[in-house]
Amino acid sequence: MANPIPASAAAAKTKTIEISGLNFFYGKTQSLKNVSLDIHDKQVTAFIGPSGCGKSTLLRTLNRMYDLYPGQRAEGSIQYRGRNILEPGVDVNMLRAKIGMVFQKPTPFPMSIYDNIAFGVRLYENLSKGEMDERVEWALKKAALWEEAKDKLGKSGLSLSGGQQQRLCIARGVAVKPDVLLLDEPTSALDPISTAKIEELISELKQDYTITIVTHNMQQAARCSDYTAYMYLGELVEFGETDQIFMKPARKETQDYITGRFG
Amino acid sequence: MTGEHSSKQYDHELEGIRSKVLLMGGMVETQFEDAIEAFRVGDTARAERVMAEDQAVNQLEVSLDDACSHLIVKRQPTANDLRTVMATIKVITDLERIGDEATKVARTAKSLHERGVVGINHFDTIRTIARATGDLLHDALDAFARLDGKQALQLIAADEVVDHEFRTILRSTITFMMEDPRTISSALDVLWVAKAIERIGDHAKNIAEYVIYVVEGRDIRHTNVALDPAQSQAQAN
Repeated sequence: MANPIPASAAAAKTKTIEISGLNFFYGKTQSLKNVSLDIHDKQVTAFIGPSGCGKSTLLRTLNRMYDLYPGQRAEGSIQYRGRNILEPGVDVNMLRAKIGMVFQKPTPFPMSIYDNIAFGVRLYENLSKGEMDERVEWALKKAALWEEAKDKLGKSGLSLSGGQQQRLCIARGVAVKPDVLLLDEPTSALDPISTAKIEELISELKQDYTITIVTHNMQQAARCSDYTAYMYLGELVEFGETDQIFMKPARKETQDYITGRFG
Repeated sequence: MTGEHSSKQYDHELEGIRSKVLLMGGMVETQFEDAIEAFRVGDTARAERVMAEDQAVNQLEVSLDDACSHLIVKRQPTANDLRTVMATIKVITDLERIGDEATKVARTAKSLHERGVVGINHFDTIRTIARATGDLLHDALDAFARLDGKQALQLIAADEVVDHEFRTILRSTITFMMEDPRTISSALDVLWVAKAIERIGDHAKNIAEYVIYVVEGRDIRHTNVALDPAQSQAQAN
């Protein structure tokens, strides 16, 4: 019954993103209130909480995704690579290459599998055909999709199954050599076997990338993540190592949520 | 405990497990009391009742283990619910062993009185340890029922008293046997009874340790924290 701290979390971890005093507004409605937490390097951080708690909103601030929508604004500080990414003058395209996002519904481009991956790379790098082939292969291998896709790279990305499409989106994200991957409920639309494959993939990817995942499946958060943040009504209720959150949470509100004593 | 689950069925399942554990606790407590009384007055019928009851206790252990497995697969409990289920699985093992030890006492009681042995005043020898253990067992079950971590912590020190009393009995019984070898046979029986009672004390202490685990999430088994109040306070903070 003893609960040892896992070796990976025991050493002091560097922080890739430091969120501090973050407030977010949809028009007049405030949907994030004074959120502060650290995203640790090459660790998986999960955001959990009931619908409307702000977890997806929080995720989307990390690569300024909300910029695409008028009337949405963020205040506060998100420190990444030595600067606050909320400040004006930040190259948001480069930001979104370094902090990539995968959505709940797989979103392959209506192009070939090859071009799905090459498209993003071409925006940032000038690679020869041979180098691009290598990069596409490398990205597909990283996403555990190479074996299934290598003989049909010219086929449309839309011809793949749901689970494969999601892995294609992950491959697309890693192809541009990010630091961070933001996964917004990446397996909600997938069957259990595809889900298991993606979770397996996450544990491999974290050796190279920092990963943040929003999930409404608590067992997934417990299985996959090193750190968990529990949010409610736009506030961060509790943040800590996943083991501790799920075995012995500090806040009663957290315990009530994860044990299903909610509502 | 901390409010109801969204699923009433889940609450119902947990309550079912809880009431069965309390039932099992009551049964082994009665087994212990009856066994000691049978030993005291030579009541063989009472001794036989204790032995027969053990069957029902064993069945409860099996059905509770099964109920806990089902709860785990169905509900994937976390935090306090998980600790409660884990503690339940362990507590029922200790309760079943208490039933076994009480049965040993009953069996010895029956044997001694059937043989009509005279010798050392066998009940007097174990009077103190029996009362101390009876109180310890009762309080441990009570602490578990009410999830009282403070009471549980005190009980761990109480088991030291039981262990000490057993060592006293051992020394005095050895003295009797050396003085009069004719008493050896019955003296040894009394010693087994005292040992069984001491073992029941250990099992009651285990139950107290699990109460602390459920309430505080601290696993204090194989530590000395309960015996050192300052260390205990530091650990809890």
